[in-house]
Amino acid sequence: MFLILALLAIGTTFSVASETTNNSDLALARSTVIEEGKQLFLKGCSSCHGLNAEGGAIAPSLIGVGAASVDFQVATGRMPMADMSTQAMRKEPVYSPDQVAALAAYVASLAPGPEIPGDELLNYERDGSIAEGGELFRNNCAMCHNFAGQGGALTQGKYAPTVMGVEPVHIYEAMITGPQSMPVFSDKTITPEEKLSIIKWIKSAEAEPALGGASLGRVGPVTEGLLVWTLGIGMLIGVAVWLAMKAR
Amino acid sequence: MANDLEAIKDPGIPPHVNRKADTDPLAAKRAERQVAILFALSSFGTLLFIFAYVAIPDDIFIFLPVMGNTNAHQLFLGLGLAFSLFFIGIGAIHWAKTLMPDNEVTVQRHEFRSPEEDRKDFVKTAKEGAAAAGLGRRSLIKKSLGLSLGLVGLSPLLLLRDLGPLPGDSLTKTGWKTGTRLVTDPGDRPIKPEDLEVGAVAQVLPEMLPGEDHRKLTEIATDAVLLIRLRPEEFNLDAERLSWTYEGIIAFSKICSHMGCAVALYEQQTKHLLCPCHQSTFDVTRAAKVLFGPAARPLPQLALALDAEGYLVAKQPFSEPVGPSFWERSS
Repeated sequence: MFLILALLAIGTTFSVASETTNNSDLALARSTVIEEGKQLFLKGCSSCHGLNAEGGAIAPSLIGVGAASVDFQVATGRMPMADMSTQAMRKEPVYSPDQVAALAAYVASLAPGPEIPGDELLNYERDGSIAEGGELFRNNCAMCHNFAGQGGALTQGKYAPTVMGVEPVHIYEAMITGPQSMPVFSDKTITPEEKLSIIKWIKSAEAEPALGGASLGRVGPVTEGLLVWTLGIGMLIGVAVWLAMKAR
Repeated sequence: MANDLEAIKDPGIPPHVNRKADTDPLAAKRAERQVAILFALSSFGTLLFIFAYVAIPDDIFIFLPVMGNTNAHQLFLGLGLAFSLFFIGIGAIHWAKTLMPDNEVTVQRHEFRSPEEDRKDFVKTAKEGAAAAGLGRRSLIKKSLGLSLGLVGLSPLLLLRDLGPLPGDSLTKTGWKTGTRLVTDPGDRPIKPEDLEVGAVAQVLPEMLPGEDHRKLTEIATDAVLLIRLRPEEFNLDAERLSWTYEGIIAFSKICSHMGCAVALYEQQTKHLLCPCHQSTFDVTRAAKVLFGPAARPLPQLALALDAEGYLVAKQPFSEPVGPSFWERSS
C-alpha cells in the first residue's frame, strides 16, 4: 500500500515537473534551469547521492563529474538505478530530455567537468574515418566491448554492454567520462577527431548487413559452434539412424 | 561336468524376411510414389536455387524467428541447394531400402596364399631381372648410386638446423630502454602526465627509433603497455614500486604472464585488470598482484619518469621478462 502511494507520489511529481518544463520559455534564465535541476535532484537522486551531491555509502559524489556524465547516465536510463545490483543497466529513461538537461545543468553548476558535446562537434560523418576508427576500436575498446561491438563479460557479474544502437552523443560521453567500470579516454590520448572516427566505425558496423545469412549475434565461434554442434550434428545423427534402419 | 559343454553351433543366416513392398503390389506402388516425391522435391530445390540466383536481389532481408534478420538471396540459395542435394540422396536410399532386391547372399572368401606355381615364377623373374641389370659387373654405377643415396640423407639432417638457434636474451629484452618516450597506440603522440585524467587509461608503445616508419608485429607483441591513472593515495605499493609511478600514473606490460594475451580490460571502479583469455585478474593498486586465475606472476611494471620536455618516458627497461614463462626464466 505504501509502495503504491509512493509510486503515485513520484508519478505526480514527474508529471508536474514535466508540465513546468513544457510551459517554460526558451528564454528561461540559466539559473532557473539549474534551480529546476536541483529540485529534480533533491526528489529523485539525493537519497543515494546526498542532498548536496556529495555522495554517500552506496553512491559516488557527483561534484565535478560534469554535464556529460549526467546526460550519459540519465538519458540512457542507467540512472536512477532499478536496483542495487552489480551494474546499472541501460533501460527506458525515466526523465524527459528537458529534465535531463536541467539535472545536467545543476550538476555542472557544482564544479566544472566534461560538457555535453554539441551537434557541431559530433559531426562524425564529416570528421571521422572508418578505417582509423576501426584501428582505435580494436586497440582501445574491443577487449571489453567485443571486436564487433557486441559487448562482453567482466568480473563478478559485471559486463561491458553492447555499443550497437547507442546514440553517438552517448558513445562520446562514455569515452570522456568513463561511466561505471569503463575507464576515461582522455582527449589527449584519443583526440576528439579520433573519438568521432570510433563513432563512425561503430555506426558502420551497426549498419553492416549480414550478407552471409544469419549473423548469430556476431560473437564468433561460440554461437556458430553451438549451432553446428547441436543442429548440424543432431541432423547428421538423425540421418545416420534412418540410413541404418531396415525397411519393413 | 566337462562333458556337458558343447560347442556353440553356427546359427547360420537368419531367415529372409520379406518387406511389404515385396509381397504387396499396392505397397510397392506406394513406395515408388514416395521415391518419386523425394526426387521431385530435389528438382524443386534446384529450381528454387536457380530462381534465388536469378530473381532474388541480394539486398532484401527477411525476419526469421531465432535466426533474426536474414539475407533472402543467401537464404534461398542455401535452402535450394540443400533441398536438391538432400532429397536426391534420401530418395535414392529410400528406393534402395524399399524396392531394390534385399536378398542376403553368401560369398566365401578365397585363399590368400598364391598358388605354388605363381610364387616360383615370381622368384625366377626377380632373379633374372637382377642378373640382367648387371649391378655386380658395373661397379661405377654401383658406387655413384651409393654416393647419391648417401647424400640424399644429408638434406633432412641439415634442415634440423632450423630448430635453433636458442633464443638467447631475446625473450628478456623489449623495445623499452632508459628514456624511451611513451607514445599513443595508434597515433604515436608522446604523452604528458596532465593529458590523463584520474580514471583514464591509454594504450602505449615505445616511440619509434629515428628512421623507422613502422613497427614489426613481433615488437608490438612484447612492447605493448597499458598506462593507467589513479589517485596517488589509492596505491598500496612498496617504496621501490611507488617510485616507478608518476603522480598516480602507473604502467604495466599488457602481455599476460600466463599465456601472453593482451590484458587490457581495466575496471575503473575496482581497479582490476582482467585478461580476456583465462580471466586472470590483477590488482592495479598492488603492482598487478594476481587476485584470480591461472597467471603465476604479476604483470611486469614499467618504471616511469619525465624527460626534459615534460613527456612520460621509461625510467629503465622492464626489470623482468614480459609475457609467459619459459625454461630459461630465472624467476
